[in-house]
Amino acid sequence: MSFDAVFLSRLQFFWVVALHILLPAFTVGLASYIAVLEGLHFITRRPVYLRLSQFWLKVFAVSFGMGVVSGIVMPFQFGTNWSRFSDAAADIIGPLMAYEGLTAFFLEAGFLGVLLFGRARVPPWVHFAAAILVAAGTLFSTFWILAVNSWMQTPVGHSIIEGRFFPADWWAVIFNPSFPYRLVHTVTAFYITTALVVAGTAAYHLRAGRFREEGVTMLKQAFGLLTILVPLQVLIGDLHGLNTREHQPAKIAAMEANWQTQSRMPLLLFAWPDERAEENRFEIGIPVLGSIILTHERDGIVQGLKDWRPEFRPPVAIPFFAFRLMVGVGIVVFLLVVLSWWQWRRGRLGDTRWFLRLCELASPLGFVAVLAGWVTTEVGRQPWVVYGLLRTGEAVTPSLTAGDVLVSLAVYVVAYIAIFGAGGYFLVRLFRAGPVPKVVHEPAGTPARPLSAAAEAD
Amino acid sequence: MQLDLVPLWAAIIALGVFMYVLLDGFDLGVGILFPFAPDDASRDLMMASVAPIWDGNQTWLVLGGVALLAAFPLAFAIIMPAVYLPILFMLIGLIFRGVAFEFRHLSPRRQRWDRSFFIGSLVATFAQGLVLGTYVQGIPVAGRHFAGGSFEWMTPFSLLTGIGLIAGYGLLGACWLVMKTEGPLQIWARNKAKLFLFGVAAFIAMVSIWTPLLQPQIAQRWFAWPNLLLLSPVPVITLALFAWLLRSLVRDRDVAPFIAALGLFLMCYIGLGISIWPMVVPYTITLWAAASAPKSQAFMLIGTLFLLPIIVTYTGWSYWVFRGKVKAGSGYH
Repeated sequence: MSFDAVFLSRLQFFWVVALHILLPAFTVGLASYIAVLEGLHFITRRPVYLRLSQFWLKVFAVSFGMGVVSGIVMPFQFGTNWSRFSDAAADIIGPLMAYEGLTAFFLEAGFLGVLLFGRARVPPWVHFAAAILVAAGTLFSTFWILAVNSWMQTPVGHSIIEGRFFPADWWAVIFNPSFPYRLVHTVTAFYITTALVVAGTAAYHLRAGRFREEGVTMLKQAFGLLTILVPLQVLIGDLHGLNTREHQPAKIAAMEANWQTQSRMPLLLFAWPDERAEENRFEIGIPVLGSIILTHERDGIVQGLKDWRPEFRPPVAIPFFAFRLMVGVGIVVFLLVVLSWWQWRRGRLGDTRWFLRLCELASPLGFVAVLAGWVTTEVGRQPWVVYGLLRTGEAVTPSLTAGDVLVSLAVYVVAYIAIFGAGGYFLVRLFRAGPVPKVVHEPAGTPARPLSAAAEAD
Repeated sequence: MQLDLVPLWAAIIALGVFMYVLLDGFDLGVGILFPFAPDDASRDLMMASVAPIWDGNQTWLVLGGVALLAAFPLAFAIIMPAVYLPILFMLIGLIFRGVAFEFRHLSPRRQRWDRSFFIGSLVATFAQGLVLGTYVQGIPVAGRHFAGGSFEWMTPFSLLTGIGLIAGYGLLGACWLVMKTEGPLQIWARNKAKLFLFGVAAFIAMVSIWTPLLQPQIAQRWFAWPNLLLLSPVPVITLALFAWLLRSLVRDRDVAPFIAALGLFLMCYIGLGISIWPMVVPYTITLWAAASAPKSQAFMLIGTLFLLPIIVTYTGWSYWVFRGKVKAGSGYH
């Protein structure tokens, strides 16, 4: 692999998306959680919900702001680094992205100000409505951007004229074969990610003997949601896998490191794929289970990588390990949820120290699974940018030099380390400060500097 | 017979970009003025005056960029590579500017994020000026690709527009603060507005003389008869706005300077439009040559005509919620 403009642009796109996706992975769920808390407070008037909402709003402001500024980078990458992709596919993806802006970004931005700063300026029901609209905006955004991504994975509903894609049927373009599965799978993953962070934060304070009421409330809310979503995610993931086998069999072959087309395929727990030799080393597998999972039949046939010429195969090792990482995290989280049922039954959900410690340790796991799943599906799509139709290597900007991309990549790496390092540090401090009461302001009229809760807690 | 949607889309994108320039213009301007404020309390107020709305303002940039991609993809695919590095500077600047709103309240080293707010705003503004200059001076094209080098944007003209835009956004920001603040901070902002106004006047004059010299067809458009007469209101109104802005500053008006500054931007924008019409990639590719399929433009138009008025309404409402002079302690921190 040479360090040309294509490779460096891919590396750059990986870097800016990988760090960006961590924020929606958290804020999509958090926006919905805040809307729920605001709703609970609006209806029950219980102060604990207000305290929790004010706490999570501070977290949301930081993470959403980071998500917005790192998100603007992406559409510009399409033009600066992938201009031939833009030229070829814009008639399809452009309108979908425009709808993302029109239905989601303005909604989020328009009501975020009221949500964060307007509690004293608008009636309570308007503030609650603002929370719902911000949450709706995050979901609309997820809808449109995953429609774009899914069309790139399973393109239909278009015609091709002189190498450019033109829309033929918008309904087919948007609701392309992989979209419903990817959307549900991703949104569920985002909600699980948020719930794990909420549970971990609650556990941290309960273990330290602080914020008892808030902590138990958060823990019950988080595990209530996880009880529904984690088993559901197993089911959705399975359906998504069946869908991928139907529409992107080469990706499945790479995910399973399956070289030969075979029935009764084993499920590999570990292997070291050797792409040159077209075989695996150090295989450890469970016989037949692979076919059962992928086809729901013992004798189900799964296509192997050798069915494709090498230049049409995705890399094997990356999807293989990333997929195992994602599934492994899923199993760990599932076990945690089972433990929570046991603790809940005993009435000790907020009291068992080792369980609380486990919750703390599990709080970043959602991010790991989201990143691993994203890497699996995107690397598994290679060597195509539009699956089967436009190769990644042919999508890059012709005028781009390796030097250009080296400069921009270096700048993005340094800048994101600084910004995400600082942001991550501030967020952890906010989590550790916990739902401290709202800062007391000096009487109106006298200049009072807004203090930060995180700084106060030190 | 398909209705020609190209002029309508050109108008929508022109509106989107203009909204961005005006709205993010004034909050970037606040960032440019930030380190020169009289004291820390003033800086808190300046930040608080834009904190609830900057995100919405910046969203117009996303709309402008993505709508260009969707409605005129060829233009997007040629212009973006031509300004590869300025776009990078702009995005990085916007990142460091945007995170500062929250980070400065959380960091024990507030000055660091105040500096990030200032430098981010300054770099993003300068980079946008570079993009403008590169665009106006014309972009070399071969086939469907940008045909220039990595430093096509580094010319005396684009450096001039870069600095000019800093003055312009500084003026917008100062006039915004005149409208949103009171007392010593307002007096300070008013003085800064006067200063920036003369800078802006100088840059408008230089760019207005230089642009026709860049391209004979621009000179032709402005100075050929009867265009000279038909287009004469543009410079005349610009001069009148300049006089009104200066007068309203001298007479301590609150709102008029901001309106007049918006007017100055509008006139410059109209002037730019007159110079390059009907090109979307100056001076080779027309709007029609770069347009996406009618089916794509129509699909977007249905939603846009429905959604854009709603967006303008609730965005206007959120400005209304935060109307009046900004007060200390209005944050949620």
